[in-house]
Amino acid sequence: MKLWKTTAALALLAGPAAVLAQDAHLARNLAATCANCHGTNGNARGEMKPLAGLQADKIIAMINDYRSGAQPATIMHQISKGYTDEQIKLIAGYFAAQKPKQ
Amino acid sequence: MNTMQTKLHPSRRRLLAGAAAASGLALAGCATGGASGPSIGRVVIVGGGFGGATTARYLRMWGGNVDVTLVERNASFVSCPMSNLVVGGYKQIGDITRSYEGLKAMGVKVMQGEVVAVDVGSKKVRLASGAELPFDRLVLSPGVDFMNDQVGGLTAALDSGRVVHGWKAGPQTVALRKQLMDMPDGGVFAMSIPKAPYRCPPGPYERACMVASYLKTAKPKSKVLVLDANPEITSKKGLFERAFAQHYAGIIEYRPNAELREVSGTVAKFEFEDVKADVLNVIPPQRAGDIARTAGLVNVNNRWVGMDWLTMEASAAKGIHVLGDATFSAPAMPKSGHMANQHAKVAAAAIIQLLKGEPVSATPVVMNTCYSFVTAKDVVHVASVHQYDTKDKTFKTVPGSGGVSAAANQVEGRYALSWADNIWDDMLA
Repeated sequence: MKLWKTTAALALLAGPAAVLAQDAHLARNLAATCANCHGTNGNARGEMKPLAGLQADKIIAMINDYRSGAQPATIMHQISKGYTDEQIKLIAGYFAAQKPKQ
Repeated sequence: MNTMQTKLHPSRRRLLAGAAAASGLALAGCATGGASGPSIGRVVIVGGGFGGATTARYLRMWGGNVDVTLVERNASFVSCPMSNLVVGGYKQIGDITRSYEGLKAMGVKVMQGEVVAVDVGSKKVRLASGAELPFDRLVLSPGVDFMNDQVGGLTAALDSGRVVHGWKAGPQTVALRKQLMDMPDGGVFAMSIPKAPYRCPPGPYERACMVASYLKTAKPKSKVLVLDANPEITSKKGLFERAFAQHYAGIIEYRPNAELREVSGTVAKFEFEDVKADVLNVIPPQRAGDIARTAGLVNVNNRWVGMDWLTMEASAAKGIHVLGDATFSAPAMPKSGHMANQHAKVAAAAIIQLLKGEPVSATPVVMNTCYSFVTAKDVVHVASVHQYDTKDKTFKTVPGSGGVSAAANQVEGRYALSWADNIWDDMLA
């Protein structure tokens, strides 16, 4: 019971992220919205950038560069602005944990 | 709602799992699930296109032991996206055709057949063969069917093969290509576009470009007449206008507010004029696929399926999930293969939760990308991101996100081809 209280308190402290955190599959579901281009679980083919196994902070930095315009893009500057920071963090964490296929 | 119960009675397990995911300790190991143990439920999926095939694959990938049966009337998948390249002669039909073997290898039972009846009460579907399939949850991803009776003579013209629609990829695509190849130099290719909403908003304008691109070199005295029932180009307007002017001046002629009334031979009759064409390509007005109507799910404008977007269930029937073009679209949500693939993942996640008696995600997101070829190599895109709005119970585009290409370019030409390879794998590999 004590652990329950601690976890709940932490979740409350985390603010909006806590709402997301209650959904155990959210990172997986959000990352799946990228798969059309970046492949299932981030294993992309062809010209698209594979995301499986990339470090989470690198993915987050890339997204931020697309958003700011520091990294010019054909399309990612438009798509990246459709996700919240919390969602990007979850997506990055999910891809970082995926095993790249050879 | 289930989601409210989560907030009121958070279980310790769920909080712990969520906290782990939020802190970057992703539960990737759990994502693939296990195939052992008793089945958590039977899911029947009708339609093996972008929506249905993706649902089948993700149910097996995410759900572990879900009993998944996919019923599809065709032996193979033929992609509508990229099919205009076949019309233009830049790809062969085999290049846009994929088998269902990958899904079979993942444990999906793939049946070739046609579902003709849905019994919502006793939870089973009946096939044309007479076979019956029981389900715990049903997924209908039927695409569109055509309202040919709205245009005089169209049914007979399509039946005779003299007029083709080419709006469901396969033999129609090949037939349209053949008519174009048989057309004499100096001939007229006329295309009729129905009033929106219809499947693939930019598709007709891409087709005009692909046909004109072929004619420009092969039959340069020919014309492409684009007869649009809409008041203006419905998608990527500025980019298509630029392409028409830059690459196809003197070939493509675009006429807005031209709603097709009647087809007689290869003469297309409009309110103010008759158009005699050598090749007449009519994209008919559209509605949800017939099986959605048969199942009693069509409840918007007598054409589309009203939705509960959180679970992707039809508003008319709990336990029946509907995807893709057949749905009454959320604001600014296109009827596209990409969007159907995104619907499928929301549905797969929800179905697994519902089969397990657990709450569905309260914050789904979907996004769309449509690439269109304006020359054999130059491409333009439109993209959007749609977040679920809890208050209005629908998906809404995020202000400041999405948009179109700055200009047609060859980099996106390569991306478009890779998009196809990746999404076909994502649904079928």
